[in-house]
Amino acid sequence: MRQDLSRRRALAQISAASLATMTPWAWAQAPLSVGFIYVGPKDDFGYNQAHAEAAAEVKKMAGIKVVEEENVPETQAVQKSMQGMISQDGAKLLFPTSFGYFDPHMLAVAAKNTGVRFSHCGGMWTKGKHPDNTGSFFGYIDEAQYLNGVIAGHMSKSKKLGFVAAKPIPQVLRNINAYTLGARSVDPSITCSVIFTGDWSMAVKEAEATNGLADQGADVFTMHVDGPKVVVETAAKRGKMVCGYHASQAKLAPAAYLTGAEWNWITAYKQIIDAARSGKPHPNFVRGGLKDGFVKTSAYGSMVSEAARKNADAVKAKMVAGTFDIFAGELKDNTGKVVIPKGKAFKQTDIELEGMNYLVEGVVGKI
Amino acid sequence: MARRAWHDVAEAFALPLLALGGALLLFGAFVWFGGHNPLEVWQLLFVGAFGDAFSWQNTLQRAAPLMLTALCVALPARAGLVIIGGEGALVLGGLACAVVPYFVALPAGLAGTSVLLLAAALAGALWIALAGALRQFRGVNETISSLLLGYTAIALFKHWVEGPLRDPASLNKPSTLPLDEALRIGTLGSYDVHWGLAWGVALCLLAALWLSYTTNGFATRIVGGNARAARLVGLPANRLIITACAIGGASAGLAGGIEVAAVHTSANASLIAGLGYAGILVSFVARHNPLAIIPVAILFGGFGAAGSLLQRRMGLPDASVQVLLGFAFVLILASEALRGRLLPFSLMPQRAPIPTAKPA
Repeated sequence: MRQDLSRRRALAQISAASLATMTPWAWAQAPLSVGFIYVGPKDDFGYNQAHAEAAAEVKKMAGIKVVEEENVPETQAVQKSMQGMISQDGAKLLFPTSFGYFDPHMLAVAAKNTGVRFSHCGGMWTKGKHPDNTGSFFGYIDEAQYLNGVIAGHMSKSKKLGFVAAKPIPQVLRNINAYTLGARSVDPSITCSVIFTGDWSMAVKEAEATNGLADQGADVFTMHVDGPKVVVETAAKRGKMVCGYHASQAKLAPAAYLTGAEWNWITAYKQIIDAARSGKPHPNFVRGGLKDGFVKTSAYGSMVSEAARKNADAVKAKMVAGTFDIFAGELKDNTGKVVIPKGKAFKQTDIELEGMNYLVEGVVGKI
Repeated sequence: MARRAWHDVAEAFALPLLALGGALLLFGAFVWFGGHNPLEVWQLLFVGAFGDAFSWQNTLQRAAPLMLTALCVALPARAGLVIIGGEGALVLGGLACAVVPYFVALPAGLAGTSVLLLAAALAGALWIALAGALRQFRGVNETISSLLLGYTAIALFKHWVEGPLRDPASLNKPSTLPLDEALRIGTLGSYDVHWGLAWGVALCLLAALWLSYTTNGFATRIVGGNARAARLVGLPANRLIITACAIGGASAGLAGGIEVAAVHTSANASLIAGLGYAGILVSFVARHNPLAIIPVAILFGGFGAAGSLLQRRMGLPDASVQVLLGFAFVLILASEALRGRLLPFSLMPQRAPIPTAKPA
């Protein structure tokens, strides 16, 4: 029965695909309206820009109508924006991209619009708990942060790295740990100092944190805040090096930008949009890393040494081949407690990693 | 010919409407320079804010919390204090609302919800009353202190929500434990607007009644007009001022509580969305008149709703509506200069000649 179904579906897909190639206007008859909602400005050189850049790619796809809204707070406003996209613009698929949109906002609107698909950015969808017309997608960007760390490890002269972070939540801790582990794979004497600013967009505190870390001797910076612009520019002004995050900030500081961890959301968007167009079930749980093209790394800056490039490329090749585990035993946290015992290695997909509540050895900071 | 009462009323309506019209004209020119069709923009503004049932619900929903946070500026202002720390009262109100169930088991339904809202109002009242007390007893400038207390409140809020009170299940969006379903605030009938709107309108009306028709409210206005004169006639200025601050703070706290109980279901950083600061603008445009706050807040909500549609249909950046808001405020505030001069000269009051002093 199931085989039969999938065969039928495959047939439908093939015929649809051939139809699409033969008659490009076939889709145009009933364009699919897709809505994107961002919590900040579309040109923040960070989280929202990464999404907006992918949405711009979606706009180029035939038979798709894109509606967008930026600076939508995580309040009633986003519920109204979603409902407006549905009832005023006829959207059939929505991408509310901010983490805080999921619960309760997206769930509330999804319950009222069961015929519309919702795809949230973040890893919050749980089977059985959340409705089938909703889902979430996310990327394992800690892989790219690990590669940032490898490059930073090679380039740092002071052996001190700086990390400007928003909040001590699992996702952020995972990035800090991956960055530190990457650097310490090059030189185990490296430490990484972290400062939490307390919120996702705190320009003044981010600048203060960067200056503070620079004063303490950190010479390669990275960050996990919504808009890395301030950290990148401040670090560059202080004559320090940076590894980017979310999107490429190379333009902001070409002489200081080593490499960066970037999202490549178009991969996830395409999967979800294709399913919506072909009538396949909504992909509820979409995840991927470097291998799947969900994240990517910025091109190396010209100052990055040959040895650093080689080392990072080698690790990247292993990640793409699926033979590299970032979080493997024996791993101690920065208080000396063993958090992953010897012989145990977590795969990226392991759910335990999503509740990370420690900073690894070598990180200077407290949760 | 003497100036009659209806002149004041006519002017009170005509001035803001003319200012608004001027703002729309200016905004039309602005988008025209940007290469958009102003007619289309005007039409979308209207459709987005008031075009159909959905737009109205959108607008009113956005207006609801603003009515309450505007009262937090308006009431102290009528007592003579410029308080701009409503955001702090709002987040603490939200926190108080989310925290009560940690300590007491509440009855389901209306009774339990009332306790939550009471706690929210109390938290906000104490916070703004503190700014008032600092001013009255320690001589600390209330504008600065309320603003800074707002930052303190946000810091306290984050500390408690992301620390001791955090729901362990809220991994990447630190929140308090969600409120029980039975304690939440629902929507007004079948409309997609929650009860916060009714609270906002009711409190604005009550505040207007209090200021205009009670002895206490009258005394408060006297104190606001001239605190020294009020003291001379024996009015308890400190008590009246701090009471006005407390009532204003209670409104903002209530706004926070309603946001938690009707929208967010738990206290988390999403609550810090600037609703308290937006209330400052609403109150100033409404000239601290509680009755005027209602339409001004609705106008604000309408701008928000229209901005949403404008972004989606025309690809205009979010900031474009801010430009319109800017035009509107500058013109509404500037139109004050025309008060008493708008109607034809023949209708103007004749000034009594100034008596010249004669040497004795």
